[in-house]
Amino acid sequence: MVDHTIDVRYVANLARINLSEDEIERFEEQLQGVMEHIAKLSEIEVEEVEATAHATQSSNRVRKDQPIPGIGSEAFLQNAPDQGAGQLRVPKVVDA
Amino acid sequence: MSLASQSLTTLRSQLASGDISSRDIVEDTIAQIISRDGEIRAFISHDPETALQEADQADLSLPLGGIPIGIKDNINVLGQPCTCGSKFLEGAYTSPYDATVITKLRAAGAIPYGRANLDEFAMGSSTENSAIQITENPAAPGHIPGGSSGGSAAAVAAKLIPATLGSDTGGSIRQPASHCGVVGLKPSYGRVSRYGLVAFGSSLDQIGPLTHCVEDAALILNAIAGEDPRDSTSLAVKTPDFTEGLDAGVSGMKLGLPKEYFTDDIDPEVRERVESAAKKLESQGAEIVEISLPHTEYAIATYYIIAPAEASSNLSRFDGVRYGNRAENPANMLDLYQNSREAGFGSEVKRRIILGTYVLSSGYYDAYYRKAQKVRTLIRQDFENAFEQVDAILTPVSTEPAPKMGSAAGNPLKHYLADIFTISANLAGNCGISVPLEPVKGLPVGLQILGPHLGEQTILKVGRAIEG
Repeated sequence: MVDHTIDVRYVANLARINLSEDEIERFEEQLQGVMEHIAKLSEIEVEEVEATAHATQSSNRVRKDQPIPGIGSEAFLQNAPDQGAGQLRVPKVVDA
Repeated sequence: MSLASQSLTTLRSQLASGDISSRDIVEDTIAQIISRDGEIRAFISHDPETALQEADQADLSLPLGGIPIGIKDNINVLGQPCTCGSKFLEGAYTSPYDATVITKLRAAGAIPYGRANLDEFAMGSSTENSAIQITENPAAPGHIPGGSSGGSAAAVAAKLIPATLGSDTGGSIRQPASHCGVVGLKPSYGRVSRYGLVAFGSSLDQIGPLTHCVEDAALILNAIAGEDPRDSTSLAVKTPDFTEGLDAGVSGMKLGLPKEYFTDDIDPEVRERVESAAKKLESQGAEIVEISLPHTEYAIATYYIIAPAEASSNLSRFDGVRYGNRAENPANMLDLYQNSREAGFGSEVKRRIILGTYVLSSGYYDAYYRKAQKVRTLIRQDFENAFEQVDAILTPVSTEPAPKMGSAAGNPLKHYLADIFTISANLAGNCGISVPLEPVKGLPVGLQILGPHLGEQTILKVGRAIEG
């Protein structure tokens, strides 16, 4: 029997989300059910099958290298939670 | 009869004859929302002042000139809020630009109006995952409207507005259309630009219309389709006039019923409605044949790897730094990310981010994500093979009519399994439409018509034949 338990606490850290103890317990149980269903895929052999990343199978489309106006920093910063001097402001990143 | 209840074609002819003005339609829409949306809660917000100004300047010679169209609240409209049904963005985000579909609607003369409710970040199929409000099914009070474009479907079904846009990642236009008794079209992947649609599953998402009738869906698709330099996955193909030949009928068409879709899991009356619809089309000259889509049983497992994986990556942009609500007094950057995301996201979004992060994480990528991409190929090939035999495929949209509110609470897998008939079209990139059939015990039921990639003209024709 394959273990389908996701270590939710560990993965939540990778995803940069705090979860309450209650959420960790609940998600572990709910996602176990989902993972048991997903395990169905082990039934099929796909060794020789190409992967589909995109429905239209297009790749590396490039546009002409011509500048077009963007929305501009002023408009962008209107939604910023904190800003100053035309920049986004965040807590100190480097510890002294 | 209210103006918001009428088809776009009817409104256009009344506008052209001068019987009504754009202001009349917009005023009616505003009045409908103010007097009746308190109970339905289809719209999160609306902005009468801007719309009335736009109505007075509307160019009625354009294909959608002067007609208000509701917009799902995950599509950016310049100067309007865009909450995505999430506390992360509620009260903290005003769109600094128009999505390409909005630019195109404006170019066709339409007036984007109102922000339609949705499951948070379009994750769900009941609109109960909205962190802002719960939407009623106007056709079946006490029942879910479906989702994630539940607000868009309910707004049209309640005749609050003539038409709306939604988005469809795994059935999010077609399923609420079916549950509310309106028409819902998911265009082929690449037909419509995704620029300005808040991304959920980038290889699956498409924007499409929810309308009173098939012709209206064709009219809106005419306006929003086409290549966009801002979306490299939009296709460089010519946009035909989708209203042309709409009434050509189904005589000589070959339509398939996939045997894997007609299982004992379907409500017997829903099954009967779909089979009757097939008979109706047969009586109009179509040939009905049984087909096989052998990898159907793997579609949900495949989808619930790929969609959460893409979502976990797309939603990393909601970090409390650039936009949206930031947690107060973070001790450091890590704290800022983790606390903002904890407070901003609801349970379903967190669950899918966890699932997506897991299947992409080191040691599991090949076993889950890579494998799912390969099975996706098999599902796509199933459809390619099927469309060599038939012009379109007929299926139910959902296994049952709209369930009662709260019926799948706490059991996400139950919700996920209900998507079985709609998600394959997103995995394969095909187009699909839901068209209302005779209700079951008073509850709306839709017929899903699936077409090949870029086969919208065919499914619109079949949809029109069902209506007629």
